[in-house]
Amino acid sequence: MADAHAALQEQFEEMPQQKEAATLGMWAFLATEVLFFGAMFMSYIVYRQTYPQAFAEASHHTIVLFGTVNTAILLTSSLTMALAVQAARENNIKWLFRFLAITVVFALAFLAVKGLEYHQDLQEHLWPGPHFRPELPPQAQIFWMLYWIMTGVHALHVTVGVGLLSTMAWMTSRRKFSDAYYTPVEMTGLYWHFVDIIWIYLYPLLYLVHRYAS
Amino acid sequence: MNPLENVEGPTITAEYPTVERTPKNYFTEGGHTLKSWLLTTDHKRIGLLYLYSLLVYFTIAAIAAALMRMELITPAGDMVTSDTYNKLFTIHGTLMVWFFLIPSIPAVLGNFVLPMMLGAKDVAFPKLNLLSWYLFNGGGLLALTSLIFGGVDTGWTFYTPYSSTYSNSHVIAMAAGIFIAGFGTILTGLNFIVTTHKLRAPGMTWFRMPLFIWSLYATSVIMILATPVLAMTLALMGIERIWGVGIFDPRLGGDPILFQHLFWFYSHPAVYIMILPGMGVVSEVITCFSRKPIFGYHFVAFSSVAIAILGFLVWGHHMFTSGQSIYAGLVFSFLSYMVAVPSAIKVFNWTLTLYRGSISFTTPMIYVLGFIGLFTIGGLTGLFLAAVGLDVHVQDTYFVVAHFHYIMVGGMVTAFMAGLHYWWPKITGRMYPEKLGQLAALTMFLGFNLTFFPQFVLGYLGMPRRYHAYAPEFQIYNVMSSAGASILGVAYLLPLIYFIWSLKHGKKAPANPWNATGLEWQTPSPPPKHNFAETPVVDGPPYQYSAEKTEAELNAS
Amino acid sequence: MNFPLFPPQASQVARQTDHLLIGLILFSAFAMVVVFVPMIYFLFKYRRGTKADRRPVHLPEIMIEATWTIIPTIVFAGLFAWGANVYWAIERPPADAMDISVVGKQWMWKIEHPEGNREIDELHVPLGRNIKLTLASQDVIHSFFLPAFRVKQDVVPGRYSTLWFKADKLGTFHLFCSEYCGTHHSAMVGSVFVMTPDAYQRWLMRGAPGSTMAQEGERLFRAYGCSGCHIQSTIVRAPPLEGLYGRAVPLQSGQIVTADDGYLRDSILLPAKDIAAGYTNDMPSFQGHLSEDDLMKLIAYIKSISDTTPTRETEEAK
Repeated sequence: MADAHAALQEQFEEMPQQKEAATLGMWAFLATEVLFFGAMFMSYIVYRQTYPQAFAEASHHTIVLFGTVNTAILLTSSLTMALAVQAARENNIKWLFRFLAITVVFALAFLAVKGLEYHQDLQEHLWPGPHFRPELPPQAQIFWMLYWIMTGVHALHVTVGVGLLSTMAWMTSRRKFSDAYYTPVEMTGLYWHFVDIIWIYLYPLLYLVHRYAS
Repeated sequence: MNPLENVEGPTITAEYPTVERTPKNYFTEGGHTLKSWLLTTDHKRIGLLYLYSLLVYFTIAAIAAALMRMELITPAGDMVTSDTYNKLFTIHGTLMVWFFLIPSIPAVLGNFVLPMMLGAKDVAFPKLNLLSWYLFNGGGLLALTSLIFGGVDTGWTFYTPYSSTYSNSHVIAMAAGIFIAGFGTILTGLNFIVTTHKLRAPGMTWFRMPLFIWSLYATSVIMILATPVLAMTLALMGIERIWGVGIFDPRLGGDPILFQHLFWFYSHPAVYIMILPGMGVVSEVITCFSRKPIFGYHFVAFSSVAIAILGFLVWGHHMFTSGQSIYAGLVFSFLSYMVAVPSAIKVFNWTLTLYRGSISFTTPMIYVLGFIGLFTIGGLTGLFLAAVGLDVHVQDTYFVVAHFHYIMVGGMVTAFMAGLHYWWPKITGRMYPEKLGQLAALTMFLGFNLTFFPQFVLGYLGMPRRYHAYAPEFQIYNVMSSAGASILGVAYLLPLIYFIWSLKHGKKAPANPWNATGLEWQTPSPPPKHNFAETPVVDGPPYQYSAEKTEAELNAS
Repeated sequence: MNFPLFPPQASQVARQTDHLLIGLILFSAFAMVVVFVPMIYFLFKYRRGTKADRRPVHLPEIMIEATWTIIPTIVFAGLFAWGANVYWAIERPPADAMDISVVGKQWMWKIEHPEGNREIDELHVPLGRNIKLTLASQDVIHSFFLPAFRVKQDVVPGRYSTLWFKADKLGTFHLFCSEYCGTHHSAMVGSVFVMTPDAYQRWLMRGAPGSTMAQEGERLFRAYGCSGCHIQSTIVRAPPLEGLYGRAVPLQSGQIVTADDGYLRDSILLPAKDIAAGYTNDMPSFQGHLSEDDLMKLIAYIKSISDTTPTRETEEAK
């Protein structure tokens, strides 16, 4: 570490220390995120325990096809993200850029599918309120409120992810990263895997309830 | 713009700003422009930025309290309308909790001294640190906006369905303000955790860290784990308010009690955000002014961690009368008693630290002794509230109001004043006037007790909180309380005046005016931008004070 | 000038609570002596500049820490048990209690006696009888607080809460709303009048409304068409309600619940929640159609037929 890397910030002594700090910071942030989603998951659990039948009935109306396609898209994007980090580790800047770009495309595809799904949900009167499908019990509105909030907050995280991934791709094209310094890519990867994991929980909770209950 | 620019006093003149004569410190090194302050990433400057903004929020919230105390002098609601009164206690509660107490010690004193105590140049993420301040003030301005447009009348607890459906006030702006400021708190906590883990100076092992760091670390864990739950809870409440349907709505089968569970899952640990840092300050000050190493270092350190963990398990004691099951009530009551144990351990250790010390009654020490007295009363009355059978009677009465003010004002604000006096020479390079400081500390102690002790009686007599008008038999204690509040007001104004005075006229502070042992005292006052000329190396435990040596030196001189 | 320290003590629970308070005050005084006497002594003896032995001593740290960890833990556990004991008495209404219904709304308490007498912000009760209040809220959360009896219960919309007390002192006592409920929260106050049983009977007669709560409920039962399915109809299969109250009801989900006030309330407002075994969910929700008062009357009616047998053939499950 004789000559300090250009990316070394003044509060740190050396690059490994800076990288460890960034990693720990990211994990601490993800802990915050877990609790952020935790409040919603907790509400979901409480109401599902109280109204199992209404929840099963309500979830019949979620569109399993869209949910499943999106699960596949996100899982694949996690793979391409992991490959991007691996490419950085191997100093393969060309593939780093490509994998980041592919991940962005997947993320956008996810949002597009989600948008289509939202559109159809709205047309089927699944937004809680006075125009909610009258044949469903009132507690089904709680399920649907949670559906909109949980998927909405998740989609917001995906959108932030698109921004982060695009920035990473842009920085890669500007030759900012090498095998000596790719911490931001790794951190973006951690974030992206987190977004993926949240979806892995949302998918069965929102789309597959009725298969379990009936 | 900034009064602190003058701290260098007459030694800096425009004529001969030679290198030798210009002391390098964080005021002179960063530049004097407004921009250099607003875009600073220096943890010391950010600490001061927090201090200025807190002063604004504190003043507004204190004026609200003063108006409430004036209204309560007579039983009839004759000074302001009910609606105004409700808005006053809401603004008092929200601003004091989220915009004063939670950031007070961590964001002002913690920001200033934590990196120095660890021997670091700055926090791990200086830019995020600045972002915290902007988020905090962005949220604060939004909260104040709600005030300008007519205020909020839900109380700081935002219970649904009142907040989500029935209130006709600016709930959304206030909730959004708290939501945004919450992310400032989270980033501060995150910064402290990473800094403590990764930026300790060579030789600074975990058990050589000052206890203030331990308490800030425990606080930070609560900040990052509890605050997001509050953010989401307020968001869920806001969604219910905006769209008129939501998950707490009883008409759909929703449960308003779920909101309370989520709210207190945050807000009870948040109480410990509002006391743990104060306990850290006490450990620093009491060792320094009794010239003794702390008794039971490991126990004091781990009791902070124990409080942080247990603090997450007792939220239900705010809901003993809400209709949760009897068994939930019993479990939460038991756990609440258990969380009192580590607090008691701390008080015992502080007491025994004084044994065979060489005790001097400087201003910070008087504040700290006041803290121990008031915190002990606050803690003991907490045991009254944890006794679930008794809580049924005193829940939502002035007994609760008195109890949490003993912890938050008697505890945290007193500790904040102790810390502010203790580190004032380091922060500004000037000494505050000692005699006035001692006077203010004593006045605060007396004024505080006169304000809040009668409220214990009021509460047991049955006066509910948040009452604009009350039954005549409660008047005598309300008059006492209001009288005490006016004394307390004077006690708060006094330090404000002499602190500002000391910036220009105070005696110049040496690097280590208290002969204290922490690393922050091994660098000039005020410190240079990067804190230390060269990274310090730590080779022993903290608090290596010797009362014997202090006395010997005293006799020799 | 008058410095009251205790509110009037008008029940056994109030005495128990006051004993607990005094116990806690004595404990606190003892704890403060333990902490502050040594502290003040040290502060005096070891103040800077005095002659005192300041040579460092090696104290048995682990022993000392263990002592002041274990002793408070045990004492705290004891205090917990005492508090829990009082709570147990407060929270479990005796079986022979007299029922009174209370509806809280911004900003008044509406009270109805089983005999049909109604009052607002006033509650008349006989001396020496166990009184059980069933509380409901029409809007936000309120809390029914009777300082003289040391009892308090939040009144949460969407569910019933209960509160019981037994007055053993004649007089007029405060009734407060103690959960913040909006603009006139501090005006949501009233009085409890504890009367001799004779005076209470006279009071009931004086204001006699002509029909009891159950009779009112029966009228509503027909007016809202409940009787159409639950009594006469053979076309729509609905569970008979005679003898239902207080019985165990098997649900379609396999659970068994007791048909108490809360269950009946949910069945009327949220019929899809708990469907009785053997029936389908054909009942419309009465959410928004029934006020809390009317709901309580309906339940009083269902309660009043709890010891009769169905007039038509019971269609048992399966």
